[in-house]
Amino acid sequence: MTSDEIPSVEYVEGSGIPVRGNDIDTDQIIPARFMKVVTFDGLGEFAFFDQRFDHDDNQKEHPFNDDKYQDANVLVVNANFGCGSSREHAPQALVRWGIDAIIGESFAEIFAGNCLALGVPTVTADSETIEALQEWIEANPDGTIEVDVADETVTYGGKTIDVTVNEAQRKALVDGIWDTTALMKSNTEAIEKTAASLPYVGSEVNKEAADD
Amino acid sequence: MSEGTLYDKVWENHRVTTLPNGQDQLFVGLHLIHEVTSPQAFGMLRERDIEVARPDLTHATVDHIVPTDARDRPFANDAAEEMMAELEENVHAAGIDFDDPTTGNQGIVHVIGPEQGLTQPGMTIVCGDSHTATHGAFGALAFGIGTSQIRDVLATQTIAMDKKKVRKIEVTGELGECVTAKDVILTIIRRLGTDGGVGYVYEYAGEAIENLDMEGRMSICNMSIEGGARAGYVNPDETTYEWLAETDEFEDDLERFEELKAYWESIASDADAEYDDVVTIDGSEIEPVVTWGTTPGQGIGISEPIPEPDSLPADKQETARRAQKHMRVEPGDTMDGYNIDVAFLGSCTNARLPDLRAAAEIVEGRQVDESVRAMVVPGSQRVKAAAEREGLDDVFIEAGFDWRDAGCSMCLGMNDDQLVGDEASASSSNRNFVGRQGSKDGRTVLMSPVMVAAAAIEGEVTDVRELPKAEVKA
Repeated sequence: MTSDEIPSVEYVEGSGIPVRGNDIDTDQIIPARFMKVVTFDGLGEFAFFDQRFDHDDNQKEHPFNDDKYQDANVLVVNANFGCGSSREHAPQALVRWGIDAIIGESFAEIFAGNCLALGVPTVTADSETIEALQEWIEANPDGTIEVDVADETVTYGGKTIDVTVNEAQRKALVDGIWDTTALMKSNTEAIEKTAASLPYVGSEVNKEAADD
Repeated sequence: MSEGTLYDKVWENHRVTTLPNGQDQLFVGLHLIHEVTSPQAFGMLRERDIEVARPDLTHATVDHIVPTDARDRPFANDAAEEMMAELEENVHAAGIDFDDPTTGNQGIVHVIGPEQGLTQPGMTIVCGDSHTATHGAFGALAFGIGTSQIRDVLATQTIAMDKKKVRKIEVTGELGECVTAKDVILTIIRRLGTDGGVGYVYEYAGEAIENLDMEGRMSICNMSIEGGARAGYVNPDETTYEWLAETDEFEDDLERFEELKAYWESIASDADAEYDDVVTIDGSEIEPVVTWGTTPGQGIGISEPIPEPDSLPADKQETARRAQKHMRVEPGDTMDGYNIDVAFLGSCTNARLPDLRAAAEIVEGRQVDESVRAMVVPGSQRVKAAAEREGLDDVFIEAGFDWRDAGCSMCLGMNDDQLVGDEASASSSNRNFVGRQGSKDGRTVLMSPVMVAAAAIEGEVTDVRELPKAEVKA
């Protein structure tokens, strides 16, 4: 992918799915035993696995198992969502399950960064706002939620509320520069200059690299 | 905004440019990789036909899935073997140094970097593992990253990041008997919250931190992420330099050591540096800490009562109730006497030589309770070899511990070392999340290595300071 092929993510629309609780960690989002893989393909079915299934693989009560939310793409969570590991497997599992945007009270930093790298906005609002939205989704599982990343608003049930999007995230999503590889690679000269200025990188190491 | 801190200086030294989204592009001095989070990144590079930019600044090990008993190839577990083979292929094709188990240098990524002298002050270090914060113990800026960022670093040796605020955490006074670095960091996380560090980098300072050895500082920085801070660091000082002088990187190259020392000294926080926040904690008041719940912030002193959920801040109450139900503990009780089935001495937090030495001192001349499955998993092959030279393996084995090979093991249960059913473990690791140690009903109590040793002996969580002393060998 080159930078001009990266889609802009200004706006996400769809139905919601609430997952309640603070401090939902990455081990809950995708248990470590499902990470014994060399690609992210197929991780969607393991999202929240241990919350969804008992020892005999019978379904437990969980929004991700609930028929009414199977087409949802806007996840609504509470505080400190995604804390714990840096595993990108967590947002990858959610995205592959069908999630395109997450609204919450707050997110762990690496998790939010990983979401951005996948073009998934993580927008925040206070706990009352989130609570109200979660209740509305439960009453209106087919209702449409519009996440406007550019304008920092969420619209549902005929009302529009203000939400917060981290400024760098907003710009990256709206301008279509959230996939940073090509963008950063274009600064080769400046990278080399910075490397050369660092005493520990030094010329000796550069020479070694050249010899390889 | 902070000014004149190590964080400000190292950030500025590594800043390549400011990207159009407002983030800074930072040069990465050391990229550590392992088998779990890198294969997909190499896959993305192949899709885009991009080569690894700086294999010379990249270093690989295998830790999460590696068995800690039978390590003959192919590994018994097919998925583990596939991940290992994939890593081998990737690093070989790119010309990246790889500490596989045949080298004697294999181990947990956050143990091998420091012990080989790869980790140095004033560096930027990244790895696809949240405990990369460990390397901050040397005065490096070290961040855990996701796989798409690993792709960025492999492709460009740089990373896009937001600058954070700096909170100085001063731990004053002297730590009491059997009170360790682990107790200090569990106290900090309890005090500031598991999300208290979001938006911050933590600078650990004060007498109690300065008096710690490098391993203790690593334990503290390691768990910065459990407090929500993506990175934590300690300013480099004589303790740091003495440690570094004996590593592979410098033991035969004094000239380079002196040259770099000037840089290391220059990047330490200025005496009049400005911080966004300062927190002071009295180290002399800390007692051995254990967790009663399912986040690392749910910790208490060994003599303190488990809190009543209603007495906690509103946003912590529901999590506390759920945690107490899972752990089967009652408010008002202490954790002293909580039955355990497994004792796990290992992980990137606490499986270094001094951790093993301290635990062995407690274990020597005693027996592991017959109800307990106890294991020691050294952090690296070098730690294991050094411990064996001192005879620590005999101490543990005679007491009834399993003496294993290096790896992440039961910290997260990606290999065969896992809790079974609703077993409870006393663990020197970093996370007590539900399901973390391989079983969704498993219960994890976090504590220091000496407290794990005491729990193994007693078969229950116990105050290491009150273990009867008389039984120590004749």
